[in-house]
Amino acid sequence: MSKINNSLYNIRLLDDLAQKESVVHKLHPLIKLLTTLVYLIVVVSFEKYDISALLPLIFYPVLLFSISELPVIPILKRVLFAMPFIIGIGIWNPLFDTQIIIVAGIHIARGWLAFFSLVLKCIFTVTASILLIASTGMGPLSHALRMLKVPKIFILQLTLTYRYLSVLMEEVSKMMRAHSLRAPQQKGIHPAIWGCFCGQLILRTFDRAKRVYDAMSLRGFHGEYPAGNLVKPKVSDFVYFISWSVFFILIRIYNLSDLMGDLFIEVIK
Amino acid sequence: MSEFNIKVTNICFSYPDGYEAIKDLSFDIRHGESVGIIGANGAGKSTLLMILMGLMFPICGEITIDGVLITKNTLPKIRQSLGMVFQNPDDQLFLSTVYEDVAFGPRNYKLDEEEVCNRVCDALEMVGISHLKERASFKLSDGEKRLAAIASVLSMQPEALIMDEPTSTLDPKARRRIIQLLNSLHHTKIITSHDLDMILDTCERVIVIKEGRIAADGKTKDLLSDETLLDHCGLEMPLSFQKRRST
Amino acid sequence: MHMADALISPIVGGTMLAASTGVAAYSIKKVQKDLDEKKVPFMGVMGAFVFSAQMINFSIPATGSSGHLGGGMLLAIMLGPYAGFLTMASILLIQALFFGDGGLLAYGCNVWNLGVYTCFLAYPLFLWVTKKGFNSKRIFWGAMVSSLIALQLGAFSVVLETLFSGKTELPFGVFVLLMQPIHLAIGVVEGIVTAVIATFVWKARPEVLEQTANGEPIGSLSIKRILVVILVAAVLIGGSLSWFASENPDGLEWSMEKTAGSTELETEDEIHQALSRIQDKIAILPDYGFSSTNEGDTKPEGVLSNERIGTSISGIVGGFLTLILAIFIGFLIRFFKKKRRVSLKK
Repeated sequence: MSKINNSLYNIRLLDDLAQKESVVHKLHPLIKLLTTLVYLIVVVSFEKYDISALLPLIFYPVLLFSISELPVIPILKRVLFAMPFIIGIGIWNPLFDTQIIIVAGIHIARGWLAFFSLVLKCIFTVTASILLIASTGMGPLSHALRMLKVPKIFILQLTLTYRYLSVLMEEVSKMMRAHSLRAPQQKGIHPAIWGCFCGQLILRTFDRAKRVYDAMSLRGFHGEYPAGNLVKPKVSDFVYFISWSVFFILIRIYNLSDLMGDLFIEVIK
Repeated sequence: MSEFNIKVTNICFSYPDGYEAIKDLSFDIRHGESVGIIGANGAGKSTLLMILMGLMFPICGEITIDGVLITKNTLPKIRQSLGMVFQNPDDQLFLSTVYEDVAFGPRNYKLDEEEVCNRVCDALEMVGISHLKERASFKLSDGEKRLAAIASVLSMQPEALIMDEPTSTLDPKARRRIIQLLNSLHHTKIITSHDLDMILDTCERVIVIKEGRIAADGKTKDLLSDETLLDHCGLEMPLSFQKRRST
Repeated sequence: MHMADALISPIVGGTMLAASTGVAAYSIKKVQKDLDEKKVPFMGVMGAFVFSAQMINFSIPATGSSGHLGGGMLLAIMLGPYAGFLTMASILLIQALFFGDGGLLAYGCNVWNLGVYTCFLAYPLFLWVTKKGFNSKRIFWGAMVSSLIALQLGAFSVVLETLFSGKTELPFGVFVLLMQPIHLAIGVVEGIVTAVIATFVWKARPEVLEQTANGEPIGSLSIKRILVVILVAAVLIGGSLSWFASENPDGLEWSMEKTAGSTELETEDEIHQALSRIQDKIAILPDYGFSSTNEGDTKPEGVLSNERIGTSISGIVGGFLTLILAIFIGFLIRFFKKKRRVSLKK
């Protein structure tokens, strides 16, 4: 129940955020998608025990957050939801990788490093993905997919699924509310009515699909999705992409944390 | 153009399960007329609209739009001249933004993008929601959704508008806005509704349907004040008439 | 279970993305060629249905817990394999973008794990069980068997993908013992829910299931041929992975050692040597001991030197500095933006 309302809220929120008009929002969607992909690849390409070398990549989400004026807390909350699986798998690292190393004079199992590195990677990748959609929105993103030569039929299908998500989730939410009002002690839907609960919903879904198809065909749809013209990225878009990519690759090659640490220690000396 | 008309002669229709929804219906609608189609639930209003739009074909009888018989082959042309607004705008607005939805029709008819843009802007202007152009369809209010759905049909520049319950589930202000909009459009209009006050405000002619047959066809004011006829067809006089009578 | 970006290596992600894209391209061709245009809105709205149905809690008797629907099998049964697969792919894309379930890099893995097995391996099984015509019993066993198999394969793929990516220490055996039984339970719930929904639909609108089952060219394919296709795909993927493995000096050993996670340290050497050199150059006081003093030598077995794994003191100090700097810059930008907005308003 709360899960579905949460998801509804989440989709609406991200869609609202995508309506903002910051510098980041105005960038070409394809450029944002590609930049995100380069970032993701760089993040996951770090080795298992890397932590300090990985840390400087935090500049990307932090800068995006502040330039795009997106709210930090709701988005980070979303990131937290994605953590349990990673923690569940990562937590085995310290158990199986027990070789002792010394970090800042403390003896710990090497697996802990792998664990924290994994958690960090998860935070970075999920944040980057959510920032992408929050600063772009589904419509422009489909535009980017079209430029990547994804077939229009898939994009139309994707658009429809996205469009009817909130409609159907609202329907499910109403049904579950009606159910819980009459079955207050139950945690979920009783097995005896699994079939008709979802079945009713699916029949209504069929009817809706039929009506949507009618609406489409009345406006001349013949299986070909006529999307508008594609807008090409501007020079400034390319500059954005290239400068981030160079930054990511530099971070990948040079351990910025180490360099900064050395510098700092020297200054202190 | 001036002789654009819709001619329905002796159509009947039954569903695969044997239910006879339409039994021998005939009427003519002339260019520029606004016709309300009313009747109790299950009278066959929606079925009639589906048949008019060529979503289903009558078992007997025929329909000509502007002199062209509705068949599978003539459908693309006919659908260009008839625009249907669905009862539930969620069914009609299926793309990500209002602009995309309104542009869907013109783009399907392979107009170039400049023309599409003009038409979309004109249509949005006409219904007064130009400011919602880039908004996501699902985040509009119910009233805004209706307007967007009407715009999505207007952008195809149809001769006639066919509307299924254009004012259901709207709040009074939004309803008023739709009525004003309907009166400002000079298209031929066919409107089905249970909102008889709205029909009274927008249509000069009314066709009353009962159990798949025409029970009456005439001037709105005459028919909607005929209490026995309305009662016989499972309807009630519009509130504005009831009030007049009681005072 | 969704594969996460953080768990995979770029190679595994890329390979799986390529494989899934191939299947998707073929499916799009099939959908465009064989099916009517009615199917597109049907797919779209069904995708939204499955997405919302995933959020319904099904209480499981006598356990006090509740289960959820995955929906892959249901999509295949309602839409047929090709349309079902494409619909699953778009659901997964939305999940990755909006919910951080899975990710963009792991997208290929997830489409493969949750889409390919259900639609192209498990669905034919469902057809095979129900080939003598539908009835409640056949639908039940068809849905149950196919859901179980699809989920077991999906879970096993998660294990393989994670291990090939080398991000965890979990030994293969433990991982498998962890994943497979959990997914057996999930599969039973999935099977039952899919079966009851399919039965309901079959009773209310028999034509939906029957048309899908008859209309699908895959219905005439033999199970054997489908197994062969999956096998070939597996060999291709395995092959490309091991090609990558053989690029490494260790060859085959690599994939084994990857699990144990020790070879990685050697591949890291180059980068670290380069790094140490730079460190040496920058370090004015190399005797301070924070910069690398023992670069390039092989590690002792017992206690590892820190700098190899990037956790030297300077790494820690620098890491903190990076964090502070990043957050400081973030606040600074916000601060100036706000200030500018205030002054603009004035």
